[in-house]
Amino acid sequence: MKSFFLALLKSRAGLFGFVLVLVFVLAALLAPYLGLPVPTRSNLVARMAAPTWTGLFSPGAHPLGTDELGRDILSRIVHGSRVTLTIATAAVVLGGIVGTLLGIVAGYYRGMVDRVLMRIVDIQLALPLMLLALLVIAALGPSTTNLVVVLALTSWLRYARIIRGQVLALREREFVLSAHAIGAGTWRIMIKHLLPNVLTPALVVATLELARIIIMDAALSFLGLGVQPPNPSWGRMLADGRVYISTAWWIVTFPGVAILLTVLSVNLLGDWLRDYFDPKLRTMR
Amino acid sequence: MPMNRYLAVKLGEALLAIWGVVTIVFFVSRVLGDPAVLLLPVGADQQEIDALRITLGLDRPILEQYALSMVAMLRGDFGVSFQHTRPAMDVVLERMPATIELAGAALLFGTLIGGAAGAVAALKRGTISEFVVMIAALLGQATPVFWLGIMLILVFSVDLGWLPTGGSGTIAHLVLPGLTLAVFVSASIARLLRSSLLDIMREDYVRTARAKGLMPRTVFFWHIARNALIPVVTMIGIIAGELLGGSVVIETVFAWPGVGRIIMQAIQAQDFPVIQAGVALVAAIFILINLLVDLLYGVLDPRISRQ
Repeated sequence: MKSFFLALLKSRAGLFGFVLVLVFVLAALLAPYLGLPVPTRSNLVARMAAPTWTGLFSPGAHPLGTDELGRDILSRIVHGSRVTLTIATAAVVLGGIVGTLLGIVAGYYRGMVDRVLMRIVDIQLALPLMLLALLVIAALGPSTTNLVVVLALTSWLRYARIIRGQVLALREREFVLSAHAIGAGTWRIMIKHLLPNVLTPALVVATLELARIIIMDAALSFLGLGVQPPNPSWGRMLADGRVYISTAWWIVTFPGVAILLTVLSVNLLGDWLRDYFDPKLRTMR
Repeated sequence: MPMNRYLAVKLGEALLAIWGVVTIVFFVSRVLGDPAVLLLPVGADQQEIDALRITLGLDRPILEQYALSMVAMLRGDFGVSFQHTRPAMDVVLERMPATIELAGAALLFGTLIGGAAGAVAALKRGTISEFVVMIAALLGQATPVFWLGIMLILVFSVDLGWLPTGGSGTIAHLVLPGLTLAVFVSASIARLLRSSLLDIMREDYVRTARAKGLMPRTVFFWHIARNALIPVVTMIGIIAGELLGGSVVIETVFAWPGVGRIIMQAIQAQDFPVIQAGVALVAAIFILINLLVDLLYGVLDPRISRQ
């Protein structure tokens, strides 16, 4: 653990990503206590107020401006991060659990089970993820739960493929063979011996998937299929602000910057984790 | 494996995948709702709705509908669009040129820029050029494409007034959406090519080639680049498949009349035949491109085709 953090401190990119992720997570967790204006309260007097940096800490200051209903953009971005990070994390966890378990099963059993699973992966890969997500959301309706399920659905196969490859190699190793020899059951081998050994690659995939899912979540809300208003969501803020692009540039600009910085920091952290644990994963996609 | 048998197996797999995609989409799209209600004017009575359902064949049991549409599809008949009352495949195919134009432009410029940047970053290890390329690529990958599109509209259409905000038809219309997608493509390619080149440059056979006195250029093109290109070709294939499936979001931002948008509109209008035709086409394109990528591996690395 100590060497892990020492290595992190040495890598500028990894450290930058880690600190930024930490800041975003803290901001999301502490959003109600930061003294920000209520994100859903409109103020028609202060409609489309430009960003002002004078009197930053006085009440009524809008460092990132206000939107078409006079709502504070900074507050909406911070509160929007709660929604985005909750959905993205839940989707990563769900997709990760399903994908990792299926990957272990496919790699361990091989044969028919493996062929069927990998065929399902191929079929799903032939369908663009965005179209799949649009179709499923249109069928099930845009709720937070459905959003998590759809995003996890676009994600599980990336774990399944990589973990399967790892398990194919692991299952021939001595510790698995000896567990077999002393009569350990199939489930015991998969859960006690294989699972702990694939958690690291699964974590690496999860970090990189988190970044992809944050963008996809924003794209879905941009198309009006994400979290429903009045809850703030980054993609929705972009879609609504697009109408006012010629008069109020800040409405469409800052939510995008928030997405960019979040994805950038998660990517930096993910790249570093991958290089630290297993550089061979780099060309696997 | 002989070439003919290899192609036959691949073709079988492709047909299986298309069948799977079409089947999933068939059953998911039936959950969307009742298109008869949407197609009729507001206030239509139950009798009219029932009559239309019979005309559209929606009154039959779902498995019968499925069997009928599969048989028709084998003959290349994807049914008639509910909305446009024309063959569904025609409605989708009409949008293909616009999607090919956009995808082609993005791939061409993305690959050229990304390839050059990735190669520079790997060859000029530790210089300011590598640093700049890597920062740009990281930013390019982290930027949501639809936001980048909006920002480009803000600068080049709203502020400077140089380019149209959306639509299609002229080269000027292609610049912004093409550029937006090319940024993402080149960022992905630059990063992958750089790390792939760096991996190969460490190989023993590269040292051997240098040691026996080959010209640096020969070593780079014959020993390094050829092998480093294999993961890059895979990545280009995946990206090409995605782009030719229509980039729904970018087509929405720029009002680009492509395949992605027509499928999205069909989903919203519950136009089952168009959804079905669109998805079958997109899946077929994706699979075809993957097959081409497989064949290209053999050219880059003869060991692969002999296996």
